[in-house]
Amino acid sequence: TTTGLILFFQSGRPLGAGVRLGMGLRMNRTKGDEEEYWNSSKFKAFTFDDEDDELSQLKESKRAVNSLRDFVDDDDDDDLERVSWSGEPVGSISWSIKETAGNSSSSHEGREQLKSRNSFSSYAQLPKPTSTYSLSSFFRGRTRPGSFQSLSDALSDTPAKSYAPELGRPKGEYRDYSNDWSPSDTVRRLRKGKVCSLERFRSLQDKLQLLEEAVSMHDGNVITAVLIFLKRTLSKEILFRELEVRQVALRHLIHFLKEIGDQKLLLDLFRFLDRTEELALSHYREHLNIQDPDKRKEFLKTCIGLPFSAEDSAHIQDHYTLLERQIIIEANDRHLESAGQTEIFRKHPRKASILNMPLVTTLFYSCFYHYTEAEGTFSSPVNLKKTFKIPDKQYVLTALAARAKLRAWNDVDALFTTKNWLGYTKKRAPIGFHRVVEILHKNNAPVQILQEYVNLVEDVDTKLNLATKFKCHDVVIDTCRDLKDRQQLLAYRSKVDKGSAEEEKIDALLSSSQIRWKN
Amino acid sequence: MAFPHRPDAPELPDFSMLKRLARDQLIYLLEQLPGKKDLFIEADLMSPLDRIANVSILKQHEVDKLYKVENKPALSSSEQLCFLVRPRIKNMRYIASLVNADKLAGRTRKYKVIFSPQKFYACEMVLEEEGIYGDVSCDEWAFSLLPLDVDLLSMELPEFFRDYFLEGDQRWINTVAQALHLLSTLYGPFPNCYGIGRCAKMAYELWRNLEEEEDGETKGRRPEIGHIFLLDRDVDFVTALCSQVVYEGLVDDTFRIKCGKCHGPLLGTSHMAGLVFNEIRNEHFSNVFGFLSQKARNLQAQYDRRRGMDIKQMKNFVSQELKGLKQEHRLLSLHIGACESIMKKKTKQDFQELIKTEHALLEGFNIRESTSYIEEHIDRQVSPIESLRLMCLLSITENGDARCSLDTHYGPEHLLTFSNLRRAGLLTEQAPGDTLTAVESKVSKLVTDKAAGKITDAFSSLAKRSNFRAISKKLNLIPRVDGEYDLKVPRDMAYVFSGAYVPLSCRIIEQVLERRSWQGLDEVVRLLNCSDFAFTDMTKEDKASSESLRLILVVFLGGCTFSEISALRFLGREKGKREFIFLTTAVTNSARLMEAMSEVKA
Repeated sequence: TTTGLILFFQSGRPLGAGVRLGMGLRMNRTKGDEEEYWNSSKFKAFTFDDEDDELSQLKESKRAVNSLRDFVDDDDDDDLERVSWSGEPVGSISWSIKETAGNSSSSHEGREQLKSRNSFSSYAQLPKPTSTYSLSSFFRGRTRPGSFQSLSDALSDTPAKSYAPELGRPKGEYRDYSNDWSPSDTVRRLRKGKVCSLERFRSLQDKLQLLEEAVSMHDGNVITAVLIFLKRTLSKEILFRELEVRQVALRHLIHFLKEIGDQKLLLDLFRFLDRTEELALSHYREHLNIQDPDKRKEFLKTCIGLPFSAEDSAHIQDHYTLLERQIIIEANDRHLESAGQTEIFRKHPRKASILNMPLVTTLFYSCFYHYTEAEGTFSSPVNLKKTFKIPDKQYVLTALAARAKLRAWNDVDALFTTKNWLGYTKKRAPIGFHRVVEILHKNNAPVQILQEYVNLVEDVDTKLNLATKFKCHDVVIDTCRDLKDRQQLLAYRSKVDKGSAEEEKIDALLSSSQIRWKN
Repeated sequence: MAFPHRPDAPELPDFSMLKRLARDQLIYLLEQLPGKKDLFIEADLMSPLDRIANVSILKQHEVDKLYKVENKPALSSSEQLCFLVRPRIKNMRYIASLVNADKLAGRTRKYKVIFSPQKFYACEMVLEEEGIYGDVSCDEWAFSLLPLDVDLLSMELPEFFRDYFLEGDQRWINTVAQALHLLSTLYGPFPNCYGIGRCAKMAYELWRNLEEEEDGETKGRRPEIGHIFLLDRDVDFVTALCSQVVYEGLVDDTFRIKCGKCHGPLLGTSHMAGLVFNEIRNEHFSNVFGFLSQKARNLQAQYDRRRGMDIKQMKNFVSQELKGLKQEHRLLSLHIGACESIMKKKTKQDFQELIKTEHALLEGFNIRESTSYIEEHIDRQVSPIESLRLMCLLSITENGDARCSLDTHYGPEHLLTFSNLRRAGLLTEQAPGDTLTAVESKVSKLVTDKAAGKITDAFSSLAKRSNFRAISKKLNLIPRVDGEYDLKVPRDMAYVFSGAYVPLSCRIIEQVLERRSWQGLDEVVRLLNCSDFAFTDMTKEDKASSESLRLILVVFLGGCTFSEISALRFLGREKGKREFIFLTTAVTNSARLMEAMSEVKA
C-alpha cells in the first residue's frame, strides 16, 4: 500500500524515503525442508485479523467500561493523577515547560490564565517551603526527622563520607598545581574530572605515552581530552601518522571532528588515511546542511566525480538529476498553481513542495498532477520512469495509488490493460491483483470497481477471502457456485442483508436443480 | 500466566534510594546558585527529571521559570540562568550564543551549567573557544540511574548505542563504571561477575579500577546482589530487531514508551499503573484481550453492587472503594484504548504476514519467499524504518546467503544510513563468491600494504560477520515444538516471540549462569566473535548469602528491549526462584536502533 505517499499529501510534511531494493540470493535449502516448515502448525497461534473473536471481546470490554463512564466521571475533584494518551501529567515539569513556552511572549497574561484554570492549581498556589530541606544542611550532620528517610540512615553501614566530600565542592574547583604528575596519574586525574594541565608533555614520546595511558584506561572522554591537546600541539601530518596505527584513538578523533564540525580537518584525515570512500561520503553528507535548493544542487554536482563505490556513484548521479528535475517542476507548478487556471491544482492544492523528496514520492506527485503529459516533458511519469530506470512493479504501484486517490478509475483500468498482437485486450498486473484490490479498497473505491478486480485474482481462496472482506457479494456468490460449495453459500446467506437482491440470488441458486453441489 | 508476587521470590533491593540521592544532589547543585533563577532544561532530561522531582521542589529552591533548551533566543529576564543539559556540543554553542548576546548588550548575569550525568572535555573546549569559559560555572549532576520499575534501572542514554557501536566513542564507559560503582557502594559488592563483549570488558575493567582506587568503601559490606552480567548489544542484534509481541513490548513498538511513560500515562510504573498493567505487561498479546475483558466484567460487577445499597452502605462504598474502582476504570479504558489502536495499526500493516516472515528468517527457511516479501514491503513504501529493519534482519540471519544489493533509491540520504548500518554490523553485505576466500584475499592484499592500521580494519570488518545460523543451532534457539505452542502456559523464553525463537541474549545469560562460567561455550563465544571478550570473575571469600545469590543484575550496554526483560523475568520465576534486575543504557526497540543509524543535518 502507499500510506507513506498519501501521508505526504495529507500532512504536508516530508516523509522519509522512497524505497526500492533489489535482492539477489543464493538458495541452499531444499524444497522438502520448506514444505515441512510451512506445514507445521505452530505459527497459527494468533492472528491480527479483523474478524477475530479477540477483537469482539475487546469491543465488548470497551462497551462495559464505557457504560460506567457516566458514573465515574461525575466528579473531578479526586486526587488521582490526571493523565491521558496525549498529555503529560498535570503539574509535571515537562508540562510546566510547555506552559512557559506557550506563555513566554505575554507572560503576564499567561499567569492570569494559569491562575484562573482550575486544574492548574498545583502550579498557581505553590506550597510555601515549610521546612526548607537542603542537602547542605544535611551534610552538616542534621537530618530531617519524620517520614523522609535521610541519606545517612539509608546508608547506615556505608560511611556517608564517600558522598559528602565529592559534593562539598564542585569538581571544577579542584585545582591542580602540581607539575610532575606521571602520564598515568595525569590520566587518572582527568578521569575524575579534575583540571589538569597537559602543557608539560612536550616531547612526542611524552604525548604518545599520555595517549596510550588514556586508551588503556578505556575512558573515551579522557582519550578525547588528550586528543584535543595533541591536535593543538602537533602538526596534522604527525598527528595523523601516529593515529593511523592507533585505531581506538583514531576513531575518537574522527567522532570529535564530526561533532565539532571541523569538516576540513576531517577530510584531510580521510585523505591522509587513503580512506577514499569515507572521504566521499563525508563530503556528500555536507549537503544535508545546505537549505537553498540551487546551492544544494550545485553542491551535489561536486560530489559526482568522488570515489564512491560503483553502486553509490549511480545514486549520487541520480540524486543530482532528481533535484535538478524537482527544481524545474517546482518552479513550473508553483506558477501554475498561483495562476489558478489549472483544474487539478485548484481542486487539489499542493500541500508541500516537491523539493528534496525521494524519487518514489516524486513519481507519485507526477502521476497525480502530470499523468497525461507527453514523455518529452520533465514532469511526466513516463519520463521519470525512463530516466531513473524505475522498475515496472514500483511504477504500477505508485501510479495506481495516485490515480486511485483521484478516483480516476479509467486510468486505473488502462494501467492493467494490455493488447496482444492480435488486438485482443487482456488484464495483467505485475504486482498481483490481490494487491491492486487492497490499494483500491484503501482509497475507498466503490464496490463495482473493487468487484471487477477481485474477479481478476487468480487464486480462488484469496479471491474468496478478499471478496468476503470487502463485501463483494456477487463475487462470493458466483465463486461458491463455481466451486459447487453449497455449505459455504448457505453460510454466506446470513451475512447479506435480509430481503436484498443478493439474498434472492443466493436463494435462487440454492433451490436450483441445475447445480450438482459437492456438499 | 500472570506473574503474581511469589512468596519464594528473593526480595529486591530498594532502588528508590537512587531517586532520593539524585534529587538531593540536584537540590544541592541548585543551592549553589542562591537566589531566584530561571532553569533551562534539555528536552531529553525532562522526563527523567519528572520521575524524581516536581515543579514545587524546584520552586522551593528558587527556580522561577522553566524553559526548554532549544535553538531560540531566551526570553528570560532573570538575573541568574541555570542550564541543566546533557554534555553535547550543540548545547554549548546554544549557551555560548546566549551569553555572548548578553555581553554584546552589556548585560551581566550569572550562568551555571549543570551537566548530567557528567561533563566532557570537548564541551569545556567549546566554552573556551567561544570565549565564555569562566563566565559560566560548571557542575556535574551524576544522575545516571533512573529506576523505571522495581527491577529496572535505566541510564536514559539512548545515544550510548550510536556513540559506541557506530562511532567507536568510549565516552560513556566511565559513566557506566561510575554507575556500577555507585551500585556496589549502596548494595554491596558483586561476588560473581560475568560478561561478554568488548565494551562490557572495558566497562568492567574501568569499574574495577575505580573500586581499587577508592578501596575500602565496599569492604565489609555484605553483598545484596549475588551476580552481575554485562552484555554488549552487538552480541545480539537479532533479538532487538524482531517485532515485539509481549504486551509491554508491543505498546513500546506502537506508541513508544518514553521514560516509563507513554505520551503521558505511566504505563511502566507499578504505583501508577497498578495491578492492571503489572498483570499483563509480560504477557503475550493474545492473552491480553481475555484479561481485560475479565477485568471489565469484574469492575462492572463491583459497580453493580451499589444497586440495592442503603444509605449507610452507599456512604461506605463511596468513601472506601470508589477511588480504587475509579483508578481501575481509568487504567482499564487506557489499556482498552491502547489495544484498539494496536489492533487497528497492526491489521493495517499485515502484521500477521510480517511476523510469519520474521519467523521464517529466524528459522532460516523459505528465504526466497521472505526476501520477496521484504522487497514488496519496500516497494509499497510501508515505512522506511520497517524496511530497513527487515533488511538488517535478513542480512544478519542469512549472513551473506542472501545478498542485498541496495541498488536504488531509498531516498538519497539513505546512502549514508546504509554506510552506517554496515559499519555498525547491522548490515552484513558479502561479496559474491565464496565469502571466506574473498575475505582472505582481501586480508592478504592488505598485508603487503604499508599501513598496518588497515589490517586491523580488515579484521574488524571480518569480525562483523554474523554467524547467527550456527549460533542458533548450538544454543537451540528455535524450539522444536509438536503441535501448537500454548501461549497461555509458556514453557520457555520463546513465548516472547510466540514460541518461535528464544532471545539469543537471554539464552547466553541463562547458559552462563547455569554453568557459572563460560565453560563449554567456547564455540558459541568464537562464533560471536567474542573470544577475547568473554570473562568471569568470582571472589573467593564467600560472604554471599543464599538470598543474594538468587539476585542477578544484568547490564545491557547499548539498550535492551521489553521482550528481553519479559523473557528473563520468566526465566527467573521458572528456574530456581531467582530474580533478575535490569540495568540498561536505555530501553530500546528495533525502530530506535534504526533511527540511531540515520544521518540528519548538523
